[in-house]
Amino acid sequence: MKVYKCFRILGWDFTITPVRFVLTGLVALMVATVVLRLLTGFQYVTNLTDETPWGMWIAFDVMCGVALAGGGYSTALLVSIFQYKEFHVVARGALLTSLLGYILVMAGLFLDIGQWFNFWRPFVSWGYTSVLFEVFWCISIYTTVLSIEFFEIITERILRKKLHRYIVKILPVLVVIGLIFPVMHQSSLGGLFLIMKERMFPLWWSEFLPLYFLLSSFFIGSAMVTIETTLAKTAYGHEIPHNIMLKLTRVGAGMMFVYLLLKLYDLFEKHEWNYVFQGTLQSNMYCVEMLFGILIPLVIIVSPLSKKRGGLLTYATLTVFGVILNRLNCVFTSMYESGSYFPGIGEIIVSVGLISLGVLIYCFLVENFNIIGNERAVQVKIDKDKDIKNLIWALLRTKRR
Amino acid sequence: MAVLVDITKCIGCEGCTVACKRYNNLNFKAKPRNVKDDDNVELDDNRWTVIQEFHGEKNDKLRFVKKQCLHCKEPACASACFSKAIQKDEKTGAVVYYPDLCVGCRYCLVACPYSIPKYQWNEQFPQVSKCQMCSERVSKGDAPACVSACTTGALMSGDRDELLKKAHEIINSDSRYINHVYGEHEVGGAEWLYISDVPFEELGFKDVSNVPVTSYTKSYLSKVPGLAACWALFLSGIAFYNYRVDKNRKSHDDDDQDKEG
Ligand code: SF4
Ligand code: SF4
Ligand code: SF4
Repeated sequence: MKVYKCFRILGWDFTITPVRFVLTGLVALMVATVVLRLLTGFQYVTNLTDETPWGMWIAFDVMCGVALAGGGYSTALLVSIFQYKEFHVVARGALLTSLLGYILVMAGLFLDIGQWFNFWRPFVSWGYTSVLFEVFWCISIYTTVLSIEFFEIITERILRKKLHRYIVKILPVLVVIGLIFPVMHQSSLGGLFLIMKERMFPLWWSEFLPLYFLLSSFFIGSAMVTIETTLAKTAYGHEIPHNIMLKLTRVGAGMMFVYLLLKLYDLFEKHEWNYVFQGTLQSNMYCVEMLFGILIPLVIIVSPLSKKRGGLLTYATLTVFGVILNRLNCVFTSMYESGSYFPGIGEIIVSVGLISLGVLIYCFLVENFNIIGNERAVQVKIDKDKDIKNLIWALLRTKRR
Repeated sequence: MAVLVDITKCIGCEGCTVACKRYNNLNFKAKPRNVKDDDNVELDDNRWTVIQEFHGEKNDKLRFVKKQCLHCKEPACASACFSKAIQKDEKTGAVVYYPDLCVGCRYCLVACPYSIPKYQWNEQFPQVSKCQMCSERVSKGDAPACVSACTTGALMSGDRDELLKKAHEIINSDSRYINHVYGEHEVGGAEWLYISDVPFEELGFKDVSNVPVTSYTKSYLSKVPGLAACWALFLSGIAFYNYRVDKNRKSHDDDDQDKEG
């Protein structure tokens, strides 16, 4: 039976596909786990210990989430400040992904703090000596700004008369503010690790950490936009000219080159080459990270391979992989002493559930608002039955199966 | 207030760990959560201090090392806390944790160079746990509970400068001692000082540099406001420029239209 259906209820499009059924199931599973976690603490849901007090939620959901959401600010920077007008076609999509990314990051953070009813403390009890304090404020402010920016798109359709005008008016200011904070906290996420000098493996610790995190968030951002547009193309048949994507990724690759130079400078300056080829877990992970995450992508982007879609996609995938690996390495590998950590089933369920939730919201918004270029995107291969009776019918039928 | 630990005098009677548990109402029945490869018990949420056993490099010397928070002069944990739930008491020098302010982000656990703070993983609303240097006793002028309980004189409390002087006197008068007071300069110095006749590396002490780790965050954070301001100025400058260019272009277009009209 085919459950590819799109229903219009009260003017809103709801699409049902088998994939989305699965995603909804995952979200439900997550909700149950979250309730368990908030009521019982960490013991049943996570594998955290005193040796790895920061686990998957921090390393993957927060560190990688923020990095992946870098696409929003990097595109906005290019479009509105450096006037790369042709990137405008991807700006809204990137904005939406960033917003979702940040909301999920906040959710992940909230779950990860032990006394979650105390989450507002840093707003009043200012631990200004902490880099985390800055990250906390910046992420809070930036998420707010992003939401208002995104509201512009929402109000194109609802509350158009009442709100849209005002939001459009303050938009330029918001764009500028919305470019200050992400730059600050992307680098501060790297700054978090500065204080761990005595605990991190020397290959990862450097005074340049803030700069590394900033640069890498920029190039993972553009790589992510490439992946998103490819996904959007398969799902919604909405194509963006290859040369625009290529140009966008080239800007990112430029940043990546600077990153590489800095890393090399660091290695020479601190005489750390012996660590690189030590053959231990840490040095091997470092080599994998640099080779697959930086060197190979750079080769791809300067070679003729980048002219092909597949080549560009490989570049983007490797880059994303590399930065994610870098974040995981910073949190886990570099501080590895003894005892091993593998995320508990609960941690995985929550992370997967959060991502599923993000995908579902993304699809819903894209299908109802003008985000990827048309008023309402429609998933390809879809039956256009638009009737509430059919919705119930379809639900019943899937249940019976 | 500081404490000097003379490792040569400790007989491993565990009097101090019992005193600590009693005074701080910790759970006596809790099983050790963290046991190291060499069978030594590590600190955990019910063990703010532990005695660890070491046998020297050639397995010929038995030494006991009391482990607890060192109460750094530049505490990384306090500097890392974004809600000021860990603060260094100016008067006593104790680095004290205030559970009411704690959010539970565990940044302090990762920030401490010695991995001292631990977490109550089995609690519904867990808190951080670490030695508080019995700050209430100390502020009244008493010695910490563990120091009072020590019968062999391995633990001595007093003014830090005086204890340092004493430590160096002991080292100089007795050739067995290693010429190093652990805690004098380590990551900026600490209130707890150790002297020993066995090299510290063999006793599980971490070899750390003398630069306080907080200096890196400090120098970074001091640059942030300036850089952010420059960046903001730069952005608004360009944004304004773009805006003017747009406006001029528009009025040009309008002019053109006027002429045509
Ligand atoms: S030893 Fe660790 S927990 Fe104790 S004061 Fe120093 S940084 Fe803080
Ligand atoms: S866990 Fe609590 S005490 Fe430690 S840094 Fe976070 S808020 Fe501060
Ligand atoms: S100073 Fe107090 S809290 Fe710290 S180890 Fe001694 S008895 Fe325990």
